[in-house]
Amino acid sequence: MNDTVQHDAQDLPPNAPRRALRLHRELARVWANDRGVWGQVTAVSHTTLGLRFMATAFVFFAIGGILSMLIRAQLATRQGAFLDTDLYNQIFTMHGSIMMFLFAIPMLEGLGIWLLPKLLGTRDMAFPRLTALGYWCYLFGGLIMLTALLFGVAPRDGWFMYTPLSGATYSPGINADVWLLGVTFVEISAVAAAVEITVTILRQRAPGMKLTEMPLFAWYMLGTSAMMLVGFPPLIAGSVLLEVERAFGWPFFDPLRGGDPLLWQHLFWLFGHPEVYIIFLPAAGAMSTIIPVMCRTPILGYGAIVAAILGLVFLSFGLWVHHMFTVGIPHLALAFFSAASVLVAVPTAVQVFAWIGTIWKGRPELHLPMLHILGFFLTFVMGGLTGVMLAIVPFNWQAHDTAFVTAHLHYVLIGGFVFPMMAAVTYWMPLITGKARVKGVGEAASG
Amino acid sequence: MKCSRAIAAAPVVLAACSGPLSTLDPGGDVARDIARLWWGMLAGAVLITVFVLVLLALGFGRPRAALQRHWIYGLGLWFSMAVLAVVLGAGLWVGERIVPRDDGAVTVRAHAVQWGWHFTHDGADGRPVTDTRTLHIPAGQPVDILVTSQDVIHSFWVPQLAGKMDAIPGRVNRLRVQADRAGRFDGLCAEFCGLGHAAMRFDVRAHDVWPPAVADRTIQEGHP
Ligand SMILES: [Cu+2]
Ligand SMILES: [Cu+2]
Repeated sequence: MNDTVQHDAQDLPPNAPRRALRLHRELARVWANDRGVWGQVTAVSHTTLGLRFMATAFVFFAIGGILSMLIRAQLATRQGAFLDTDLYNQIFTMHGSIMMFLFAIPMLEGLGIWLLPKLLGTRDMAFPRLTALGYWCYLFGGLIMLTALLFGVAPRDGWFMYTPLSGATYSPGINADVWLLGVTFVEISAVAAAVEITVTILRQRAPGMKLTEMPLFAWYMLGTSAMMLVGFPPLIAGSVLLEVERAFGWPFFDPLRGGDPLLWQHLFWLFGHPEVYIIFLPAAGAMSTIIPVMCRTPILGYGAIVAAILGLVFLSFGLWVHHMFTVGIPHLALAFFSAASVLVAVPTAVQVFAWIGTIWKGRPELHLPMLHILGFFLTFVMGGLTGVMLAIVPFNWQAHDTAFVTAHLHYVLIGGFVFPMMAAVTYWMPLITGKARVKGVGEAASG
Repeated sequence: MKCSRAIAAAPVVLAACSGPLSTLDPGGDVARDIARLWWGMLAGAVLITVFVLVLLALGFGRPRAALQRHWIYGLGLWFSMAVLAVVLGAGLWVGERIVPRDDGAVTVRAHAVQWGWHFTHDGADGRPVTDTRTLHIPAGQPVDILVTSQDVIHSFWVPQLAGKMDAIPGRVNRLRVQADRAGRFDGLCAEFCGLGHAAMRFDVRAHDVWPPAVADRTIQEGHP
């Protein structure tokens, strides 16, 4: 066999093995970060920055988690005597804002940035410096908000920042400005990531890798980045308008001077609903990648899953009003958004049943990532079903703004994001560190 | 850990089914329709959750043929669409039954401010009567509340009588409520509105005789 290879290669120019190794080393040097601390600052490598995004996101996750414990402590205290009201308002606002903007979004961006070039067979993202810009914007925005929290001037109008409460009249001081500035920096970072994820997937796949044959995770990230490109500009626009109103008195949201407070809600939820799927899709991508491996079988219904992703991307922009069922919109219009909101459960159901079908088809083994995936099923199914309930207009009139919604969104986000991310981290950790993990520790933690 | 939490939560969940702020202890037709909708959806959701988890558990066996026809089209598309169509239909039907309509129902005004309420109804002499703690409504008939706000967004909610309606500055929203019997109900502001939000509670008093006599109202005022 060796002979035939040599025979076929006779016509090609000689390619000495030692030279190839030297070329490889040279190439590696070109793509490597510079040495030392300054080399870390100037790094544009997707591996470095992707991991850094994820590590930073986990730090914010821990901070948000501590805040949530303070919230629970306050709610468990008789008469709420643990924290004063102002501080409590800051803490629950920051808990929501940190988890949404400083943990979930950067975490999924980091996973995409770290993993995509490796999946697609390319050296780096399309615009490596844009990756770096995104990271520094994210860190800067996050530090603005954290600093404000340390000095007791954190935002306190809820993570949804409804006007007129967040306007200059009812929220004097810099608290609301901190939110608008910090979140806008994080949003710019997200749009930067979305641009290059889109371009990388569309333009930089390995030769011969068709869109219809690329790993499902890349389809999920393509859907996610498309949603980010459409969904984040409304919030950036809303934040800029609100800051202009606060700083210069232009009355976009002030009804006394011709503005409309509901404009904020429309802009916020036009971002805020797709945001749910922006968070869920990359996590679902991790599920669609890990489940087949844990079950030693190809995924069931590749095409159907791609169709489900595209359906989710499209539908998720037609149902933001289900966050506004109680603002006084006529019932007929609500019926439209109610129908769109239940319809969006169909692509999700397609994926859930495709995953269970894959488990049936294969020989599932309870390795550590699979334990987290079971956690996903136990939690997310209930999150999804309560979501359908909330899409039903009359029930929403009762449940809106209650702990039912809080519970629903935590089931969705912990089931649909945290558990899959835990599965992803445990699944890819050996690839990150180059080491096998210590047996038993992760299993104990997931139990 | 999950189990212990569920067990610990059980008495709390059951306790929440009754009481002055429970949507599941309805005091009138509007809230009763919504409560029935909830019980129906809860039963369906429990069945579906069990069904999905059983399917998942059954997956942990020997490898079996799994057809797209069954999993993707059968379960993913048709099963989910059938369930959703039923739920959506039920929701729209209930919604149409309880929205305000032009039937000459008694109208009362609720005006929210940071952090309290002004309620206004027409007195026996036709002049408006305003009250800052108690909303007076007639019992046994639908009542429309005209909800608005002076400053930030609040939300008017009497869980036993109807769903909530946001009080938005510059807008007047109409909400239909109904109390079956004369009596007291609890109301609150349901939209976060700043420092005093948690204290934005109010009383509702449903009267057999409408408009209520002044003496009747003063007794109510004396009530803490
Ligand atoms: Cu939504
Ligand atoms: Cu209020």
